[in-house]
Amino acid sequence: MTETLTPKAAAPAIADTERTAAEQAIWQVLAGVNDPEIPAITIVDLGIVRRVEVEAGKPVRVVVTPTYTGCPATDVITFMIRTALETAGYGDAEIVQEIDPPWTTDWITEDGRRKLKEYGIAPPPPGSTSKRALLGEATAIACPQCGSTQTEQVSQFSSTPCKALHRCRSCLEPFEAFKCH
Amino acid sequence: MTAVNKDDLFEYALRLGDTSLVLGHRLSEWCGHSPEMELDMAMSNLGLDLIGQARLFLTYAGEVEGKGRDEDALAYLRDALDYRNFLLVEQPNGDWGVTIARQLYFSTFQQLYFQQLATSADEQLAAIARKALPEIEYHVRFATEWTLRLGDGTEESKRRIQDGLNSLARFTSELFDSDEVEDRLTAAGIAPDASALRPIWQERIEQVLAEAGLDVPPPHRPVTGARKGHHTEHLGYILAEMQFLQRAYPGARW
Repeated sequence: MTETLTPKAAAPAIADTERTAAEQAIWQVLAGVNDPEIPAITIVDLGIVRRVEVEAGKPVRVVVTPTYTGCPATDVITFMIRTALETAGYGDAEIVQEIDPPWTTDWITEDGRRKLKEYGIAPPPPGSTSKRALLGEATAIACPQCGSTQTEQVSQFSSTPCKALHRCRSCLEPFEAFKCH
Repeated sequence: MTAVNKDDLFEYALRLGDTSLVLGHRLSEWCGHSPEMELDMAMSNLGLDLIGQARLFLTYAGEVEGKGRDEDALAYLRDALDYRNFLLVEQPNGDWGVTIARQLYFSTFQQLYFQQLATSADEQLAAIARKALPEIEYHVRFATEWTLRLGDGTEESKRRIQDGLNSLARFTSELFDSDEVEDRLTAAGIAPDASALRPIWQERIEQVLAEAGLDVPPPHRPVTGARKGHHTEHLGYILAEMQFLQRAYPGARW
């Protein structure tokens, strides 16, 4: 039931030929802003930048979406975007939060998934936001250290709202996995 | 579809926001006291989700009201009589069994209710519900798994969850009540018809209890009052703790 309520939209990529040069310049600045909780990936990798609007004579408008409703990093991210844009010369940028359509882990880019894995966080398998995956009935999570799929979930909740705590039964290392959402 | 009264919409957004805020606060009280460290994190995570919902609902309530009150003014500067949260969510945490019973009753309700609210004629309320639903799936799953674990555990764990379920049952009727405000909003396609959700809720709860080897709580006399701001004594203590700083040092920021 929930699946029909979660509109799926494609994640905005960093390189997009539809963009104007002015818009692309802003995207490049945003691609330099790291997530405060998971500094290995940028906010563009995470798929939380929804749109960039540049119109002559108007302040630049950046539309972002929170991952989780209560994510405490949301305010910090807004602050970091503002700082990055100011440094790049866009002093009067407007940063807007938009909650609908809701963010899903499918919006994490391929690049983002690779970086998460290298950082030691198991990325969510793409297209995993189905109810079956959420209920733990489907795909096994691979250990980001040794690659084994002999892993188990220790807790659905971990150090940030977007991750769960797992353990590898092969190499015995504990690790965090991005929650399907 | 009828025209919507602004006061009704404000009142309704407050009800939704206050319920999420008070339960979020309750769950945060477990931090540092849970049976396991993983559960400290779990309770904080669940609490954060709820406080996130509360922020969105209360911000919207303030916008609808149009008197310049933001989420903080509404959360920190209203007294118990002005709070509109369900009595269920202000009940003390008790032991782990009581907390899990409250969570099972509430999350199961909230999921059904938000699935309807997600198609509300009010775009902002619908957007908040859609944003919250994937998180609520985790809440329902957590409460269900723990109910099974406690019910299917030891004699003591079974007794404790059963006591929790029995003592809180009288606060569940209120979830499915309505009043003139909500009736008007339901007619306008904004608020779900909660009474229609009751049989589905009852069925889901009974399913979980049967699997956990627990008894359906005996018939109870409902306790209600939230829609009028008539609370149990417990809300005042929550507000005293939550609001102290802003009351003692108005406008303090850091």
